[in-house]
Amino acid sequence: MTTNSPIATPRKYVRKRNWLATFSYLVLAAYLIYVLSLFDVNLERLIIGIGRGGDFIGRMMPPNFERYALLIEGMLESIQIAIIATTAGVLLSLPVGFLAARNLMPTWVTWIARALIVGCRSFHPVIVAILFVKAVGFGALAGTLALIVASIGFIAKLFAEAIEEISLKQIEAVRATGAPFFSVIAFGVLPQVMGRFIGFISYQLDSNLRNSTMVGLVGAGGIGGTLFAAFQRFDYDFVSAILIAIIAVIMFAEGINNVMRKLYR
Amino acid sequence: MSQPTLDKGTFMEKRTWSRFSKFERTARFLFYFVTVAAIVVSLQTIEIIPEFLIDAPEQIGDMLNRMWPPDVSYYPSTIHEAMLETIHIATLGTLLAIIMAIPIGVMVAENVTQNKALNWFARLLLVSSRSINSLVWALLFVAILGPGPLAGAFAIAFRSIGFIGKLFGEALEESAPGPIEALRTTGAPWFSIMTMGYWPQVVPTFWSIVLFRWDINLRESAVLGLVGAGGIGVALNTALELFYWDRVSMVLLSMLVVVAVVEVLVTQIRKRII
Repeated sequence: MTTNSPIATPRKYVRKRNWLATFSYLVLAAYLIYVLSLFDVNLERLIIGIGRGGDFIGRMMPPNFERYALLIEGMLESIQIAIIATTAGVLLSLPVGFLAARNLMPTWVTWIARALIVGCRSFHPVIVAILFVKAVGFGALAGTLALIVASIGFIAKLFAEAIEEISLKQIEAVRATGAPFFSVIAFGVLPQVMGRFIGFISYQLDSNLRNSTMVGLVGAGGIGGTLFAAFQRFDYDFVSAILIAIIAVIMFAEGINNVMRKLYR
Repeated sequence: MSQPTLDKGTFMEKRTWSRFSKFERTARFLFYFVTVAAIVVSLQTIEIIPEFLIDAPEQIGDMLNRMWPPDVSYYPSTIHEAMLETIHIATLGTLLAIIMAIPIGVMVAENVTQNKALNWFARLLLVSSRSINSLVWALLFVAILGPGPLAGAFAIAFRSIGFIGKLFGEALEESAPGPIEALRTTGAPWFSIMTMGYWPQVVPTFWSIVLFRWDINLRESAVLGLVGAGGIGVALNTALELFYWDRVSMVLLSMLVVVAVVEVLVTQIRKRII
């Protein structure tokens, strides 16, 4: 009679409010309003913008493929830049990646290699391309060098991380046979990371292809230069043709990538 | 002692082990062949002027020489304001992208939106957003909205929709069906299922995707100024065009600092929310 069983008491579900989350959302909303006013956004301007956007799209249609020779030439150069930059980038990032792996190398070596990788990664490829354009002149060489730098930053980092995750037992086994350093790498380390490495290469090829269509904006070769020129001459129908061509090439490359991943799974 | 006799004919048939089937081997060979051919053809046909290549180390040395020491006085006069603008562009762009990417992400997730046509439509939107580089988006928005940071923010936003929407959709597809089913049996309306069933499951992933994109956007918004979309790129472009190399190096140095600070910040926030 006196027992007050907990089951009998009516319970009410109270949802706990996460005050930190609520506060963060409010801050984000306030920031949104602040920046929108800072950038002078108002309804009128947006409506004008939408009108102009419609006008703009109207002028882009239909795409004009008349100057296809120019288009193909630029596109081929972009593809060449991407292929060469990926090849050279991969070859260079192999040693850098090894040197940056903390389980194989002394600490001071990994620090130097890691600094190099961070240096390669910290700038957008287009900014690197500007510097190379000033250094080696206009043309595909500057674009290629810029993308090589970007490739080293990406592949060497992932490669080093992949090496750090390998099993050391196999290395020990190879070492126990008295194998010299390079044999340890060739038979102990490489077979363990090769599969992932190919994945990185295919990703980087994809990313280089996207960027190689852009470095032309700063004069570093490829279709980007053609695109920028078309923009400045208000040839918007040619612009849309170039954009369609870029998207088509990127999607085609993605298809090839998928086939490649299936082959090397 | 009669042992079961093994039928040697079926067991010991001569078999050789091979890792790949004949088709796989041929495909792999073809692939290597095409790769090597592509590299060789590219190397032979690309227009690289050999004199430029030989000259490159000297030219780079000259450039670095002109860059040192960086012009520190350029920071308070120009860089500081431009850098703030860049950060605003990246953040506003990311926020706008979130607003647009959430509905598209919901639309693309096949377990949430059970309508093939809508899935495909959303996927098309995401692919087109990702296939166009942020610089091209910036060119488009500069033409539409006029030069300035707003065009940059819109460019960043439209480029990020594809990224955030795709990963958000994948997170939704991976969420556990149990809680959703439980909610559905109580007769909860669609909106409650979304906010009480799906959202709590994906919220850490969602914010980590957004943080990751914000980090990328900060780097990307730094170049938008080259096409007139505001930010630090404008300061960089001005310095480059006037050949003030010491100012260029100051801009690059400040970018490096901001990128490093943001990297630390993002790692810290990520540790808290996951």
